[in-house]
Amino acid sequence: MTVLDKDGTGAPRGAARPTAAAVRSRTAALLDRLSGPDEGLFDPPGPRGRRRIAVAGAVCLLALAALVWAVVHQFAAHGQLSAAQWRLFVQWPVMHYLLTAMWATVRATLVSGAIALPMGALLALGRLARTPLARWPASVYVEVLRAVPLLLLIYTFLFGLPEAGVRVPLFWQLVWPIVLTNSAVFAEIFRSGVRALPRGQTEAAHALGLSHWATMRLVVLPQAIRQTAPALVSQVVRLLKDSTLGYVVSFLELLNAAKALGEYDHAIVQAYLVVAVVYVIVNNLLAAVAGQLERRLGGAATGPAESAGDLTA
Amino acid sequence: MGLIVHHLGVFGGGLRVSAEISASTFALAAVLGAVLTVCRLSPVPLLRIVSRLYVAVLRSVPLLVLLTLFVFGLPEVGIVYPLQWTAVTAMGLYWAAFFCEVLRAGVRAVPRGQVEAARALGLGFGQTMRLVVLPQAARSVIQPAASLLIAVTLSSSLAAAVGVTQELTGQADLLNQKYAQPMVSFGAAAVLYVAITLCVGRLAGYLDRRLEVAR
Repeated sequence: MTVLDKDGTGAPRGAARPTAAAVRSRTAALLDRLSGPDEGLFDPPGPRGRRRIAVAGAVCLLALAALVWAVVHQFAAHGQLSAAQWRLFVQWPVMHYLLTAMWATVRATLVSGAIALPMGALLALGRLARTPLARWPASVYVEVLRAVPLLLLIYTFLFGLPEAGVRVPLFWQLVWPIVLTNSAVFAEIFRSGVRALPRGQTEAAHALGLSHWATMRLVVLPQAIRQTAPALVSQVVRLLKDSTLGYVVSFLELLNAAKALGEYDHAIVQAYLVVAVVYVIVNNLLAAVAGQLERRLGGAATGPAESAGDLTA
Repeated sequence: MGLIVHHLGVFGGGLRVSAEISASTFALAAVLGAVLTVCRLSPVPLLRIVSRLYVAVLRSVPLLVLLTLFVFGLPEVGIVYPLQWTAVTAMGLYWAAFFCEVLRAGVRAVPRGQVEAARALGLGFGQTMRLVVLPQAARSVIQPAASLLIAVTLSSSLAAAVGVTQELTGQADLLNQKYAQPMVSFGAAAVLYVAITLCVGRLAGYLDRRLEVAR
């Protein structure tokens, strides 16, 4: 009861300034939306709890402001905030240059995705096949390729192919290693999607007299693809991130373009920061697409995304 | 083959540095990820927003962009410390976002009824977390955390791309430049990476079985 009384004395003070209260409630609603869903670990806070939360919030705000100030100060002290360093990025030639590089990134992503996706599906079918002749090579391929770093694969292509007398354009020197590793990941996503289906589906199909492949084609795969769609889209985000390794093979994608620009114009930090922001925007858009897909397909598809990362399965 | 036998020390050294980088990255990511998770689950709106923003941003920056930004950018603003640790900082910050997601998923996997039951029994928040939620969350975190450790190990090779050539991929590259036998040197490095992955996977499977509870 005493707690309620304290709240009672507090309310009129807030009501004395109606505009402030209105602003506060509006900001509270905004904060609620920004801070995301509650996990339900707490009781709804009482007045004392609310006060503690407010104090904690204020302390955090101060700490955060101090951090931001320190960063800004450090940047300013070394002349990295001068307008001349940043004006570069609103000039049309520079923007055009970066957009071209962006297009190269997108192209590498799309092409490698377009090859890796069907390849992953084939590998998944291989792993799910009943003959060991198909199962073994597919399993070995998937397990090995998921355990080898992409950079190592890129180096192998970069130095191994010329030695073997094969000449490949830069673009494909980047795309093929990405395809090889990501097809293994896609295969695992598909396979876990298939395995997540209730057994009754295949059993019913078999009972209807469908063969193994007919069951796959007509019953299992359509459902599995639907279920794994969000995981596939998030894997495309990873593909896009992988394309930054064009930096290593000096293919002029976004990161490599930023490097060249930064070194040429002595705006290294700025160039990398701008590119990082571009990646954040693009990838978050893709993530939003994945979220949208997930919601539309009924949210049942989170399982495969999680277990796809599980290398011991 | 003679190349590998004669340079076992080189591969060993590379493996050691790779393990060092991966372990410190993983430790940094674990600590930071735990802090982020606490922020994300806390009732303070500001902390939750900061944590969410951090995860959303850091997850969508490619690791190599972050590495180049730290390795080449930090000296520009007057912060210089050993290259290897600069790389570890960048990777730790990156993987912390993923670690946060793993931990949060672990906490979310505990049915809400458990929390409600604990509260109904009169346990305080600390007790609920310590006795009910965290032990159950820990179990479901092992497998994803192991996958994360594997991913961290594989991504530690990216440090070679920004000049930490002492680690495994970098060493294989140096050997290749010296002896021009790319297939042999990179193949040997690949075998080592596969071995690491298999070991971590086995260990996680073992831990998982040990901690499994019949339901």
